[in-house]
Amino acid sequence: MLSIILFAVLAIVGIGFFAYNVRKVRFNILLGRDTDRTDKASERWKTMALVALGQKKMFTRPIPALLHLTLYAAFVITQIELIEIFADGLTGGHRTFHEALGGFYTFMISFIEILTLLALIGTIAFLSRRNLLKLPRLNMKELAGWPMKDANLILIMEIVLVVCIFTMNGADEAAQLQQGNAGYGFVISSFIGPLFLNMTDNLETLHTLEMIGWWGHILMVFAFLNYLPYSKHFHILLAFPNTYYSNLEKKGKFTNMESVTAEVKLMMDPNADPYAAPAEPQAEPQRFGAKDVTDLTWKNLLDAYTCTECGRCTSSCPANVTGKLLSPRKIMMDTRDRLVEVGENMRKHGKDFNDNKSLLGDYITEEEIWACTSCNACVLECPVNIDPLSIIIDLRRYLVMEESKMPTELTGMLTNIDNNGAPWQFSQNDRLNWAKED
Amino acid sequence: MGLNVPTMAEMMAQGETPDVLFWVGCSGSFDDRAKKITKALVKILNECKVKFAVLGTEESCSGDPAKRAGNEFTFQVQAMMNIQVLNGYDVKRIVTACPHCFNTLKNEYPELGGNYEVIHHTQLIQDLINTGKLVLKDGGVFKGKKITFHDPCYLGRANDVYDAPRTLIEKLDAELVEMKRCKTTGLCCGAGGAQMFKEAEKGNKEINVERTEDAMETSATIIATGCPFCNTMMTDGVKNFNKENDIQVLDVAELIANAAEL
Ligand code: HEM
Ligand code: SF4
Ligand code: SF4
Repeated sequence: MLSIILFAVLAIVGIGFFAYNVRKVRFNILLGRDTDRTDKASERWKTMALVALGQKKMFTRPIPALLHLTLYAAFVITQIELIEIFADGLTGGHRTFHEALGGFYTFMISFIEILTLLALIGTIAFLSRRNLLKLPRLNMKELAGWPMKDANLILIMEIVLVVCIFTMNGADEAAQLQQGNAGYGFVISSFIGPLFLNMTDNLETLHTLEMIGWWGHILMVFAFLNYLPYSKHFHILLAFPNTYYSNLEKKGKFTNMESVTAEVKLMMDPNADPYAAPAEPQAEPQRFGAKDVTDLTWKNLLDAYTCTECGRCTSSCPANVTGKLLSPRKIMMDTRDRLVEVGENMRKHGKDFNDNKSLLGDYITEEEIWACTSCNACVLECPVNIDPLSIIIDLRRYLVMEESKMPTELTGMLTNIDNNGAPWQFSQNDRLNWAKED
Repeated sequence: MGLNVPTMAEMMAQGETPDVLFWVGCSGSFDDRAKKITKALVKILNECKVKFAVLGTEESCSGDPAKRAGNEFTFQVQAMMNIQVLNGYDVKRIVTACPHCFNTLKNEYPELGGNYEVIHHTQLIQDLINTGKLVLKDGGVFKGKKITFHDPCYLGRANDVYDAPRTLIEKLDAELVEMKRCKTTGLCCGAGGAQMFKEAEKGNKEINVERTEDAMETSATIIATGCPFCNTMMTDGVKNFNKENDIQVLDVAELIANAAEL
């Protein structure tokens, strides 16, 4: 009885705290500006099915894709076992579904055991790639400190989880054998069982071991669940909505700024009605471009929470591979860090609190954003359809249109376009001279 | 043979409408290297008797570099002026040899009132060959040569055009060799996003040098591309290695015009 109450309390606290954190994240994401991603539902479902569920873009790099697939498959399938853990936990039962399902039960648990073993191998490989092989994209300076610890912590938690699962099943198997029953015949724990039995044939100890495995497992699950919102690991859930809300336009198409359109129309047509209502009257004029996270769209902010920090974007970024400061992964990490900070401030001090900090300046420097060639390599590379480029362009828009700050050559280029319709100092009247030259 | 380059205004005066407007772009109009690409394309259009026209002095910057630099005002002013001119001539179809103009006109003008069918010159040339209007006799001068194609970002990743330029190179009977980073993973030449007009930020290498190394690894003797800016960047990259006598940087239009002996 005590264990049922303990389990119920654990489940309520675990799920409750997770829900509380998810609400916070939702609040933060909705601080962003609006952008419409509700069109083309069928194309969106398809994108999600291919990119998130089907891991399509992961497979441009087969080795990490396969390693990841082990974790992914194990995670998804293990959820079935979790149902039984809940049933056992809330009824005080033991392998509630065993009798009813019979042979199918043995098959399912065996299948889960195989996936779990594969996941263990995958996890160890991931740890090695990070810490022994020191893959460049997993060891860049923006990962120093917490991000690196986060990555390792997750993998270690995964190992603990796997150990718990096998301790649980192995000790249970040993206990059955010790009592002279036939074992369960699960494909891996039927090897572990006899090993446990060799160490001890004390039934009490075996039961305790099983309990440690069982409680350890479920504790890890709740710990993991509640760790997600603080970690790059949130991707395991957010990959799905994030790919659903992907930008489906051609990658070269930058957003049109409607507020500018209204002004330019007015400028070009003196007869235009200056009071012609804009599509949606805005309460307060928005600043041009983005200085802080609240100037970005909610999709940019969802992107930031979804980022796996894998660095595929950065390793394909022409600016980064030639030693420039720009790293699209860092753009996403900075956006998330700043958003968490802004959200905390607002909850503590009210919506209008100003900490005199901003994404541009305190997190991302001008040097970084001016190094971007807008080549879209990062966008195409991202396995969860994140778009670092649109953040970079919005930061540029703020700098140029609100502060007139840009590299001096660009000032010249823009003046030329304004004055003579070309980025260089050539007269528009000479535009057809080439046809007369030999 | 002189080039026949009718302007839209001339055509209108004669009561004619062209099938396609050739958008030359700033680079194609003013840059000495890019002007050669412009002329190569005109030669092809003339040879195939394509009824085309240019805007001439009525053309203005598409606004691409302004938009990528973050100045939406300058961009939209340019765009709306161009749209006024284009709509005034009731233009339906546009071809351009610049992927930046291509992308902007195709994707960013519609929301401002400019709706046209916009194609890249490699797509038009492919069409001319497919319909038998342009005939290449067994490859010509490029037969058997190793050619690598550098994907312009605004043609490839930005607009998913990867095949048209490659099909044309294959038409030359040449050996098309791919760089390790190509198509969706192609490395930028370093010019996009208004970088063409400024010094690069501090780093340990120029992007065009990194990209030229990719091209040199293929041991191709010709680097083909489909963008005047990529052309400049790759040409500079080749010069950086003092390889200008061994490796040529040519636009696909130039390859075709040469092969067809135009
Ligand atoms: C639902 C179960 C999932 C689990 C248990 C899971 C687990 C993991 C783990 C443990 C890592 C860390 C690897 C490392 O640190 O080296 C990781 C990384 C990653 N995950 Fe997931 N993931 C899941 C879902 C997804 C989905 C749906 C996607 C979408 C495509 C995704 C994309 C990624 C990417 C891109 C990385 C970085 C891998 C790299 O370094 O190349 N994951 N995941
Ligand atoms: S778009 Fe900008 S940030 Fe992204 S890969 Fe290209 S240069 Fe890097
Ligand atoms: S933005 Fe995408 S590619 Fe870049 S680190 Fe994040 S998940 Fe990886």
